[in-house]
Amino acid sequence: MKQETVLELRQLTHVYVNDKGASLAIEHINLKVERGEFVSLVGPSGCGKTTVLSLLAGLFPPTKGQVLLNGDQVSGPSSKVGYMLQQDYLFPWRSIKENAAIGLEINDRKTEKGLQYVDELLEELGLPDSARKYPQELSGGMRQRVALARTLATEPEVLLLDEPFSALDLHIKLQLEDLVHQTLKRLGKTAVLVTHDLAEAVAMSDRVIVLGRNPGYIRSELAIPDEIRLASPMTARKLSGFQGLFERLWTELDRDDNEGGSTGGRSQ
Amino acid sequence: MDDRNKSGKHEEVSPVIPGGINMEEGRRFWLSELHNRFKQQKRKVTAAVISTQAVLLLIFVGLWEAAGRNDWIDPLLFSYPSKMLMQLWRTMADGSIWPHVGMTVTETIVGFVLGTLIGTALAAALWWFPFLSRVFDPYLVVLNSMPKVALGPIFIVGLGPGFMSIVAITLSVTVIITTLNIYNRFREIDTGYIKVVRLFGASRLQLFKLVILPASFPVIISTLKVNVGLAWIGVIVGEFLVAKLGLGYLIIYGFQVFNFTLVLSSLIVIAVVATIMYQLVAALERKLTAGWRER
Repeated sequence: MKQETVLELRQLTHVYVNDKGASLAIEHINLKVERGEFVSLVGPSGCGKTTVLSLLAGLFPPTKGQVLLNGDQVSGPSSKVGYMLQQDYLFPWRSIKENAAIGLEINDRKTEKGLQYVDELLEELGLPDSARKYPQELSGGMRQRVALARTLATEPEVLLLDEPFSALDLHIKLQLEDLVHQTLKRLGKTAVLVTHDLAEAVAMSDRVIVLGRNPGYIRSELAIPDEIRLASPMTARKLSGFQGLFERLWTELDRDDNEGGSTGGRSQ
Repeated sequence: MDDRNKSGKHEEVSPVIPGGINMEEGRRFWLSELHNRFKQQKRKVTAAVISTQAVLLLIFVGLWEAAGRNDWIDPLLFSYPSKMLMQLWRTMADGSIWPHVGMTVTETIVGFVLGTLIGTALAAALWWFPFLSRVFDPYLVVLNSMPKVALGPIFIVGLGPGFMSIVAITLSVTVIITTLNIYNRFREIDTGYIKVVRLFGASRLQLFKLVILPASFPVIISTLKVNVGLAWIGVIVGEFLVAKLGLGYLIIYGFQVFNFTLVLSSLIVIAVVATIMYQLVAALERKLTAGWRER
């Protein structure tokens, strides 16, 4: 595959200011993500994982530094970047199809073709008969699939996944990891995943970025060998090299805990 | 969910168990038996409640009637049911009561519908301009704690004695509390929902139309219901003050000419009409919010 940078963070620094004062959330983060790559961000709480993701989405501008998408500075949310939240946040007053199509509606793209694509997505994600149902009729795993369809419906180039599996039962979570992994690879999407779950990070990613805290910075990077990164997450967990990678990540994070616990808690 | 279980049971269970049809039948019979018993029990309780309610009403009306006729209470002051019914029957037959009912009902409907609409519009303005909401916060608190009917004389001076000032008094009772309730609802909406549409690049107008307003819909409708009750207060007080027509006017007129039968029969009309109105709005609420269930 030709290497082509889709996302780039340059000297990214962000400060949260509120009544209590100004706190440095992340400092001097540099990162490049290639087209089609799946990158995970892991780290202790307070390392600014969610801040990085919000900046990538353009939810607010960084205090310093730049976020570049295809070489252009990100100035606000756009349909080129899709974002999946921890909870599905489907609107209870909209049917599944209307929920999945809300991005199209906001961007004035709710055309016949757009809606047809929504139908295709729902079918591919295993929800063919749910279009007319309402969110409260679906299980948690199904709702999170609708949320994925909603994110994919606007055909974003980059997907930002903010712990989208953490609220699910283990069984459903593993199934959904496979589905997301397979769908994103097939569509050739670039993805950045934020997660607490180290096994999930190893199983799904091409590359795992370990962040340190106070303030958030990139402490190390772990490239996942082909054997594991090309396998589906479910299979990857059973491969012989998996445990070793998992333990390396674990040690990496432990080291951080031992050195940086003094400054106390700060929200992400 | 239920449908699937019903049909699924048939296909999955019967082939496995020999003689499954019989077992299946027996089980279904047993389940429907249990269900019927449950329904019967519930019906029994409902019947007991309704008959107790009827008995209480009969005792109350009967005692009142007896007390009035036997002079245990002063019939001039407290009247008694049959006298009131006669009064009502007469005014209904000669048609003299209907303009009063019509006027009061019109004022009330205009009051609670307008009150809810204006209150929602003000809440939207406060939501749209957070600066405004901070500026007006103390004024709203003061206005909300003040007894608004005290403003009645000012409205009468400003708008003239009549329909306009009665509606204005009604609005003064309903608008502020509606604004506060609905604005609070606007602010309580889970930020996750707001984030979803903001991430798609929604404008503030789109955010309002797609999330804020629909998510607050049940609260707006239930505020409408509360406003029915508040509007009655505003209208009756307004009619006490200025009207020449309306049920409130009948009450104050009956009081002035010492016709307490007229006062009490007007109260009964108010109770009946207010109940009907409340039930209609409650039915409207059920219809509009059907299928809208919060998780």
